[in-house]
Amino acid sequence: MSATVLDFSTTIGNAFFTTPIFTASGCASSGKELSQFFPLNEIGAVVTKSVMNKPRFGRPTPRMAETPSGMLNSIGLQGPGIDSFLANDVPWLVEQKSRVIVSIAGETVEEYATLARKVRSVAGISALEVNISCPNVENRGLVFACDPEASRRVIDGVRKIIGGDLPIIAKLSPDVTNLPAIATGVVEAGADALALINTVLGMVINLETMRPHLGGKTGGLSGPAIKPVAVRAIYQVHAALPTIPILGMGGVASGRDALELILAGASGVSVGTASFGNPNAIIDIQNQLRDLLVAKGFPSVKSAIGYAHR
Amino acid sequence: MVEILVSQINRSATQISATLLSNKRVGQYHQIVLGIGDLVKACRPGNFVAIKVGGDSSRMILRRAFAISRVSESVSFGGTMELIVAPHGGGSQWLCSQIEGAEIDIVAPLGTAFGIPTTPIKALLVGGGYGSAPLFGLAEVLKSRGCKVDMLLGASTGGKIYAPMEGKRSVNSLRIYTEDGSMGEKGRVTEPIAKLIADAEVDVIYSCGPMAMLRAISELTNGSEVIHQCAVEEAMACGIGICMTCVLPVKMAEGQIAMLRSCIDGPVMDGSTVQWDLVGQIPEISVQP
Repeated sequence: MSATVLDFSTTIGNAFFTTPIFTASGCASSGKELSQFFPLNEIGAVVTKSVMNKPRFGRPTPRMAETPSGMLNSIGLQGPGIDSFLANDVPWLVEQKSRVIVSIAGETVEEYATLARKVRSVAGISALEVNISCPNVENRGLVFACDPEASRRVIDGVRKIIGGDLPIIAKLSPDVTNLPAIATGVVEAGADALALINTVLGMVINLETMRPHLGGKTGGLSGPAIKPVAVRAIYQVHAALPTIPILGMGGVASGRDALELILAGASGVSVGTASFGNPNAIIDIQNQLRDLLVAKGFPSVKSAIGYAHR
Repeated sequence: MVEILVSQINRSATQISATLLSNKRVGQYHQIVLGIGDLVKACRPGNFVAIKVGGDSSRMILRRAFAISRVSESVSFGGTMELIVAPHGGGSQWLCSQIEGAEIDIVAPLGTAFGIPTTPIKALLVGGGYGSAPLFGLAEVLKSRGCKVDMLLGASTGGKIYAPMEGKRSVNSLRIYTEDGSMGEKGRVTEPIAKLIADAEVDVIYSCGPMAMLRAISELTNGSEVIHQCAVEEAMACGIGICMTCVLPVKMAEGQIAMLRSCIDGPVMDGSTVQWDLVGQIPEISVQP
């Protein structure tokens, strides 16, 4: 038996987290429901569902289709709007002594700047995730993360508002040809960290109606089916930008999956779809990862980050 | 503010491993009984359970939601939960293939419950297909409160009617309707409702079944004093309020429409508030001053 104590903490920019396991944006709402199953302060952070400036209903139902080892969702950023979110959800999370990463989404560069300005004025937030890659918008041209120049403009606008107050995490889409190039662009524009990956655009056709099953026709694929895509994306981007912290996500359902993302280059790992199938998944995965790091002989999370690149 | 999701997850919701105590085929359905111990005390008629299916190596990653047919407590089995399952898809087929002694991963109780009146009222319970399952547990509770309990069950064909013998004892009357006339009267289960309302034979309608049936009942109760408590059915990924897939358009007390999660604000909803004509659409957001 080794007597060494594992250092399970991690950092994203200047933000410190006691564990590297987080919720994934869009898969935990604002944390209230999961708190029925475990105390939110036991995990690294709650990453809240991407919020827009105004209240929004999102896309029509059906919004969900299970696929082999995965699911498609087509929610379309339903939410209360930033004012209600900052007035109600963030104070509640702070009361739970949870670390909070707020995720924002906008339709224009200006909307992101407005959101950033509002977030900056609220206490208790550890980092800002800028979701420029939600696939469930009416116009694919609105997916900023598919366009290097649009990605830069959004992050540049947010950076100017935030200054050095909060680490900015740019959430990117895997649905691009050259992900390291997009990643490099947003880092040059001022992103401190990257969140990889958002869902992968997909479609299911219903054989009864013989039409696309989802109300929004296309949806975002998540779950274990996309884990290899996440590992590849993280590995590629970490190779190109080894000093930039990556919040990894995509199909993580076990401690082994989480370790795989960390070895590829992730500093933290978000658990999303696994919580739909198991409300205690985040805690289970966190415990498994802790045991696994010790079993593999790593003294800390930091020592395992990007270890697959050696 | 348009939409603050103030509702809370069922405060009794717990994830446990439940032992399958029996699995019997009843017509086209399976009656499955799970041992759930003291969790039985927290289950109310209308609540549902989310069950992990397919085993640990399954490619089915999402839980399946089932209405709780009824719960009971006995000396020999402790607290038990009964489900009526139609083996239609991969998940429900897996559950129906499980044998006595199997350990089943469940999250329960989830969602809202049917409102139980404090005074004896005239209740009409309307079930479509296996949607009748939770109505028998409800009937027992209503009966114990001194209510008059009439039940209407409907399905496309007789084989899809679920009406157990012991359940019939907890109702004052039971009428069955099938579209092909193979059991009971030929026609739709909603046909007698207009007259029952007009004759003041009903104070509250409790319904569970296909959305088209729930909508038809809501149209019949509109403009009357009759309360319609319906258990809705919408595809859900999580059952615990975090995925936002199972939303329905509902008119709130202040008059604005909200997209509410049927797993948290339902399954039991006030039928008069559900905007049936907007299901599957996105309503305009009306911003309140």
